[in-house]
Amino acid sequence: MSAFTGTRALIRFGVRRARVRMLVWILGIELLVVFTAVSVKDLYPTPESLAKVAALSKDNVAAIVFNGPAQALETLGGQIAFQIGSFGLIMVGLMSIFMLGYFTRVEEENGRTELLLATAVGRHAPLVAACILVTAMNVVVAVLVAGSLAAMSLPLAGSIAFGLSFFVLGLVFTGITAVAAQVTENTRVVYGSCAALVAVSFVLRAVGDIGDGRLSWLSPIGWSQKLRPYAGEHWWALTVPVAAAALTLAAAWLLTERRDVGAGLVQPRPGRSTAGPSLGSPLGLAFRLQRGSLIGWSLGLLVLGGTYGSVGDQIDQFVEDNEQMADYFAAYGGATLTEAFFTTTALMLALIGGGFAIQSMLRAVAEESTFRAELLLATPVSRTAWVGSHLVVAVLGSVIVLGLTGLGTAVTYGIIVQDFSSLPRLVGAELTYLPAVWILTGVALLLYGLVPKAALAAWGAYAVVLISGILGDVLNLPEWLRGLSPFERTPALPANNFEFLPVAVITAVAVVLMAAGLASFRRRDTPA
Amino acid sequence: MTVTIELEGLVKTFGSTRALDGLDLSVGEGTVHGFLGPNGSGKTTTIRVLLGLLRADSGRATLFGGDPWREAVTLHRRLAYVPGDVNLWPKLSGGEVIDLLGRLRGDLDNRRRTELLDRFELDPRKKARTYSKGNRQKVALVAALASSAELLILDEPTSGLDPIMEAVFQDCIREIKAEGRTVLLSSHILAEVEALCDGVSIIRAGKTVQSGTLTDLRHLTRTAITADTVQAPTGLDQLRGVHGLQVDNHRARFDVDTDHLDEAMRALTKLGLRSLTSQPPTLEELFLRHYGDELARDGVALESAEEVAR
Repeated sequence: MSAFTGTRALIRFGVRRARVRMLVWILGIELLVVFTAVSVKDLYPTPESLAKVAALSKDNVAAIVFNGPAQALETLGGQIAFQIGSFGLIMVGLMSIFMLGYFTRVEEENGRTELLLATAVGRHAPLVAACILVTAMNVVVAVLVAGSLAAMSLPLAGSIAFGLSFFVLGLVFTGITAVAAQVTENTRVVYGSCAALVAVSFVLRAVGDIGDGRLSWLSPIGWSQKLRPYAGEHWWALTVPVAAAALTLAAAWLLTERRDVGAGLVQPRPGRSTAGPSLGSPLGLAFRLQRGSLIGWSLGLLVLGGTYGSVGDQIDQFVEDNEQMADYFAAYGGATLTEAFFTTTALMLALIGGGFAIQSMLRAVAEESTFRAELLLATPVSRTAWVGSHLVVAVLGSVIVLGLTGLGTAVTYGIIVQDFSSLPRLVGAELTYLPAVWILTGVALLLYGLVPKAALAAWGAYAVVLISGILGDVLNLPEWLRGLSPFERTPALPANNFEFLPVAVITAVAVVLMAAGLASFRRRDTPA
Repeated sequence: MTVTIELEGLVKTFGSTRALDGLDLSVGEGTVHGFLGPNGSGKTTTIRVLLGLLRADSGRATLFGGDPWREAVTLHRRLAYVPGDVNLWPKLSGGEVIDLLGRLRGDLDNRRRTELLDRFELDPRKKARTYSKGNRQKVALVAALASSAELLILDEPTSGLDPIMEAVFQDCIREIKAEGRTVLLSSHILAEVEALCDGVSIIRAGKTVQSGTLTDLRHLTRTAITADTVQAPTGLDQLRGVHGLQVDNHRARFDVDTDHLDEAMRALTKLGLRSLTSQPPTLEELFLRHYGDELARDGVALESAEEVAR
C-alpha cells in the first residue's frame, strides 16, 4: 500500500462533506469581485473620470494602505484591481486557511482521521487530498474571476494575471496552513497563527507600498500585487509565490512522516494540577477560555493601528501641492488632511474590531452545542450569569481591543511627530465606535437567545456592516442600506466633533438587544 | 420517607418526537435508584428536566420539594451531576475542571479530592484535550464525588470505565449511600444497578413501564431451580407456577413463579433433597422481559439475547 492509497476516495468524500462550505467561499469571493468591478465601471464610465480618480488615489496614503500599490489606476482594469485590492486577497487567504484546516487538523482533533487511516488509506492521503481540494477551490476562484473580468471586455492578459494573483496567494496559504497543521495538535492555534500571518502580510505590504515597495516583497499579498494585473504584467513575479508554496508543501509532507497521528510536532505541556484563584466563577472561566483570542485580536489591532499611526504624518507632505486631494478631503468639513486620514482608519479599525465582539459572544454557542454549558448550568450558576459571562468578555474585551488599537495609532503618530497632544482625540475616535461594536454583540446574543442554530447569522450582519463600511462608496450602496449600519451613524472623529445624542441612542439600542437576548435565553431549553 | 425526586406524568416533545410521554419517577431520600432504559428511551431528557435545563410541556416535576425549572440555582446547591457524554474544555487540565466545578458548587472537599484522584488513578495535570473518554468521565466523577451534595445525578457514569475503575466506582457509591445521601443512577450496566440500587425504574419510549424495589420486581418474575432428589422427581409438572420442567434421572430443572416458590420447595423436600441451587431472576431477565416483544420483532430470540446481555 502506498502512502497515497485512498487519496481519490478522500477527495470525493471531502467534496461530499464540504460542498456547501466550498460553494459559499467560492461564490462569495466571485460575487465580491463582480460587484466591485461593475460598480467601478458605472462610477467611472469615461477615461476622463478614470484619470481624475487615478490622480486622487495615487497620492492617497489611506487608499494605498487599504487597497494596494497604485498601478495603472487610470485604466479600468487597474482601478478595479486596486479597489478589490488587498481585501479580495485576504478573503482568498482566509478561505485557504479555513478550508485546509477543516480538512486536516479539525478531522484529526475529532479523531476521524484515525478512523480513516485504520482503513486502506495511506499516511499521506489525508493531507494530499486536502491540498488538492483547496487548490482546486483556488483554481475555480481564479478561473471565475479571470473569466468574469474578461467577459466585461477587460484585457485578457490582465484578467488572467488578476485571477492568477488570487490563485498563487491561495496556494501560498495552503502551504503555510499545511505546515502549521503538522506543528501543533490544536486547531485553534493553526487558525490563529495562519490568520495572524495574513495580517502581517497585509501590514508589511501596506508599509512597503507607501514607501518604495521593497518591503512588499516580504509579503505574500505583496507578491500577488507585484504581478501587476492590467499594469504591464510582470509574469516572472509568479516564481516567488510558486516557490514558497512548493517549499511549504514539501515541508508539510516531510513533517507528516515525523509525527504521530493526532499529535503535533510540539507536544502540549502539562497543565496545572489545581486551578488558579481566578477560575472560580463563570466570568473567570469565560475570560480564561477567551484569553488567547483576546490577546490575538488585541495584538493584531495594536500593530495595525500602529502602522496607520506611523504613516499619518506623511499625508500632509503627499498633498501639499495637490489641489484635487485638498478638494477630496474638503468633504470632511475643513478638517486637516491628517484628521481626515485618521477618521478613515478609525472606522476601518473599529469595523475589524467588531469581528472580535461577535466571535467572543458566539463562544457561548460552541459551549452549549458541546454540552460544556450543561456542566456549569447543573451547578448553582444561573442562566443569566453563564451567558452573561461571555457577554461581559465580549463587551469589556472590545473596550480593550479598540482602546489598544486607538492607542497604537496615537502613540506611533505621537512618536513620529514628537507631539502627543492629539493622543486623547485619536483614542477617543476609536472608543466612540464602541457602542456600534456592542450592537454587533447584541445582535449575536439576541439571535443566540432565540434560535441558537441561527446565531451564526450574526456573521451575515457583520458582512453587511463591513462591506457597507469598506466598499460602500465603490459599490454605490443606497443611503438607507448604509444607514442601517451603526458605524455609519457614529460621529466620525477626529474630523468631526463628538455628538452625544447618536452615541447615546446607539448605546441604548445595544443595551436593549442584549437585554432581549438574555431574556430569551432564560426562557428556552438548553440544549435547544 | 422523604421523597427527593418526584416526577408525575412528565411530557416533553421536540417537534413531532415525544421524548417523554407521561413519565413517572420517585426517588426516596437516602436511596440509590437505578434508571434503566435502552438508548433513546428518554433517560437523558428526564435528567435534563430535573436539572432545569429543559422545561417539561406538562406533568409535575419536584426536586427537594421545589420546582427544578424556577428554582434551578438554589436546588443545584444540593446536587452534583455527571453527564453521559462528558465534554471538557480542551485547554483546561483535569485538576482545573474539578476545582472549577467544586468552587461553583461551593463545597469542594480537598482531602476527598486528593483521595479520589488517587483511587481513580487520574493525572490532574493533563489537558482535557488529551484525555480519553474514560478519563474525561473520571474527571466529572471526581468532581461530583468530591462534593458533599445531598443528591448525585449520574447519567451512565461508567460507560467508559474499565472493570477495575468500575469496582472503585461501586465502592464510592456504597460509601455515599452509607452517608445517607441519594443517588439517581442511569445505567446500561445491569450488574452495576443490581449491585448498587435499592430501587429501579425501567422506562421505555418515554414512559415508566416498571418501578419498585429490586425485591418487588423479583416477585414479578421466576426463580430458576436445579434440584437433585432421592426419589425420582415426578409430579412436579402438576404444580402451579412451574415452567420449562426438565427431568434427567434424579435431577430436575425448572423455573417457578416467585409467588409459587414455597409450594415447589415443599414438593421437592418430600422427594428428599440431595442438593439444591436456586437462582434469583437477574435484572437482565427483568429488563429483557419488558423489551421482549421488541427483540422478537427484531428477530432476536430471548434466550440468545439473555446470553448476549450476560
